[in-house]
Amino acid sequence: MFGTGLLKGLGVTLKHAMDTFNDDREAVPDRYRGSLELGDNRRVIQQPIDQEGLLTIQYPEEKRLLPERFRYIPMLIWDSEKHEDRCTACGICAKVCPPQCIWIVRDSDENGKPVTRASEFYIDAAVCMSCSFCVEFCPFDAIKMNHDYELAVYDRYPQLVYDMEELTVPLEYYAALWPTQYDEEQTRRREEEEQKRRQAEEKARRVATKNAAAKEPTAAGPKRSAAELQKLARERAAQRKTQTADGDKSGDDAAAAKKARMEELKRKAQERARQRKLESGE
Amino acid sequence: MSQATAVAEPPVVDIRFEQELADAIVGAWAEDTQKAYMIAPDKILAVLRHLRDVEGYDFLSNLTCVDYKGYGGKLRNDVSERLEVVYRLYSTRIGGGPISLHVRVPQDETVPSATAVFPGANLQEREVYDLFGVKFDGHPNLRRILLWDGFNGHPMRKDWQEAYYEEDVKPFRSRHPKGEYAFHEDKLPWAKNTTYPTGWDPDSWQQPVAYVPVSQAPHHENEPHLDTESIVVNLGPHHPSTHGVFRMLTRVEGETILALEPEMGYLHRNHEKIGERNTWLMNMPFTDRLDYLNSMSNNWSYALAVEKLAGIEVPERAEYLRVIMAEFGRIVNHAWSIGFILNDLGALQTPALYAIEEREMILDLFEAVSGARLMCNYMRFGGVVRDLPAGWHEQATYLANDRLPRALDELDRLLTENEILKARGRGVGYLSVEDLISLSVSGPMIRAGGLAYDIRKAEPYGIYDRFDFDIPTLPNSDIYDRYYIRLLEARESVRILQQALRDIPEGEILGGKGGYTLRAPEGEVYSRLEAPKGELGFYLVSDGKTTPWRYHVRSPSYINLNALGPMSVGYKIADAIVILGAIDIVLGEVDR
Ligand code: SF4
Ligand code: SF4
Repeated sequence: MFGTGLLKGLGVTLKHAMDTFNDDREAVPDRYRGSLELGDNRRVIQQPIDQEGLLTIQYPEEKRLLPERFRYIPMLIWDSEKHEDRCTACGICAKVCPPQCIWIVRDSDENGKPVTRASEFYIDAAVCMSCSFCVEFCPFDAIKMNHDYELAVYDRYPQLVYDMEELTVPLEYYAALWPTQYDEEQTRRREEEEQKRRQAEEKARRVATKNAAAKEPTAAGPKRSAAELQKLARERAAQRKTQTADGDKSGDDAAAAKKARMEELKRKAQERARQRKLESGE
Repeated sequence: MSQATAVAEPPVVDIRFEQELADAIVGAWAEDTQKAYMIAPDKILAVLRHLRDVEGYDFLSNLTCVDYKGYGGKLRNDVSERLEVVYRLYSTRIGGGPISLHVRVPQDETVPSATAVFPGANLQEREVYDLFGVKFDGHPNLRRILLWDGFNGHPMRKDWQEAYYEEDVKPFRSRHPKGEYAFHEDKLPWAKNTTYPTGWDPDSWQQPVAYVPVSQAPHHENEPHLDTESIVVNLGPHHPSTHGVFRMLTRVEGETILALEPEMGYLHRNHEKIGERNTWLMNMPFTDRLDYLNSMSNNWSYALAVEKLAGIEVPERAEYLRVIMAEFGRIVNHAWSIGFILNDLGALQTPALYAIEEREMILDLFEAVSGARLMCNYMRFGGVVRDLPAGWHEQATYLANDRLPRALDELDRLLTENEILKARGRGVGYLSVEDLISLSVSGPMIRAGGLAYDIRKAEPYGIYDRFDFDIPTLPNSDIYDRYYIRLLEARESVRILQQALRDIPEGEILGGKGGYTLRAPEGEVYSRLEAPKGELGFYLVSDGKTTPWRYHVRSPSYINLNALGPMSVGYKIADAIVILGAIDIVLGEVDR
């Protein structure tokens, strides 16, 4: 009969309307199941996979819970345990970057010899295509994808060209954003370090026995022990900090600002970690 | 289900040409990779005709050009011609692999147009003319297509350099270790880089109002007694019905369309030129931006081509993951397309929003596994980049076994028997399936015309030969069938998903040696897959370096537009909107 198809279709829409209407009268509507209440109508929403009916996220009060692997713009990792940038300025990320939006200036020592750290590091966020290749191919776990997507500014240049300071975040921030991957990585890194340490010890022992046999300490002694190396790295890092503070007139202010930023990021990271815990507890 | 399903058979590799064609073949290119016949330019039409009429190669899939100026490989040492036009033909009747033909373009840069044999060569030849400057003798409408008339030069030629040109290939040396950032726009301020062809005056230029075939449309043919005048109506480029920036120029008499011509290129960014500066791997995230609704299929198609060229193996688990992602993508695409066919018919938003409800969940799954909802960048040469996170498999299984079948049934109930949809869709936009094939149309459109041609069965790739699924067909080749075929295909995708999610093994997800330093061996390759919109292929030429020598995308959205004009003639102008909608184009892929 003419019209039955129409009526059937209208039945479907009516059912949808009723479902949503009924759901709305619940104390906690279906679509807010599993989301995180922050009070004041603010929520982090995780849409349940079996939720029925349409869902509109009332951004910016409400936001989506981002999955761990979400990628936006890269960030550089400041290793808060070792107090140094993880980046060694090897340049691999700049080579693999498809739109070529990474610029790295490799630092050098007083004699002009290149050293393994970057003095400047830029990413043009307006060009970055969020592909995450830089992260995939960085051999030092020094660059990771940030989740922060609220980057709107008025001008492309210089605001969207991020320098090293804007890119750098403490390790804890990364750990809070990428907990699973961070854990895996830390285990791997610890194992690698352990192995390196053992190798170094082994070598040191061999050298020692050899030296003992030769009864004469070698003057060159090119290999330092791991502990020495670490000490040296710490000294260098401290030296670099004072250097930059000296070199810049507003060095103290800049350092303070950086410190404040790091603290703020850490605080945010902790908050996020807490949120995650809360959510996984439910 | 009018015709038997086309299944794979061993491809006919050696064609026995008749006596008078024997001297047409003047050689072969890169015997080790894919066999390609070198054809004398004046014989190409005869060869094409022979292949179509005698051998059954009725589908001109890919037609493009390669500029070999400065080519560094060994295989082309003693050849003086720099330009080569390449053809790939398939058979929709016997299935299987392609016949590849090459024609070396002679000094006057003119070759005969294949449109006389395959009308579907129309848009592709115009593209070659636009980007390479090769002229096609006998082409009915040889104008630039992606670029405008005042564009200086032919950008796909190797000696053409773009604004902001830095180096021939990436990575650029200026980035490391002395990478002081320089603001791009400072290097080359706007307007200082504008050049025009010689003798070209931008001020006196006026865009022609009516092009061929619009200018040559017959007047008053149907109703000679009417004393009306036909007029030109312009639709787009900024119009919600055109699915992006796309323009249709129509000549109408009353409301009836006499001729229609698509105009495109507003989103053109010369994807292929970028691709030839990039290293092999760098192109992967760029393919996401072609048909941005189906980045998984795009990734896969490009990966397939490079894997074929470089001989990279893919582990089992990765094969399954690829199928799962591609079929989820197909459901997303078809749901989206159904929603927007209805939108174009005037059923604003309700069907579209219902259709994309499950899309959100699928995109959430994509994001959880790959890090992005649309620009997935998930596949690599030799597998996929990340394994499934915890809980993913359960959620996907729930969707495939429970939620998606239910959602598709509901969409079916909502729309299929709707009398308005039937009244608007039945018999509108008809074109016989033979015409569609000769116009190089692929994908759901030919299956809605009754031909069961699907690359997943006709020339299986990945592990599609392991799954139990059908190729639905519908007989009428009109808007209504083009709507319904997508629903049926989405159901088959659900079937494949259920099997793939059930059978997926544990194990490696990335094998081989396809990292960022890959150097593909010298040769050429064309590889294709059944993307949701039709045949998506990548044609690659390598001279053994870290970047592709030639990187060409055979995009279904673009080539399916061949049929837009012929399909619209005789129908009302309001129907043209939905005829376009039912082709299902994405401008990112049309304009590249
Ligand atoms: S971020 Fe990683 S890849 Fe890039 S320069 Fe630093 S260490 Fe090398
Ligand atoms: S995410 Fe991709 S585009 Fe962005 S900086 Fe990294 S490599 Fe470059």
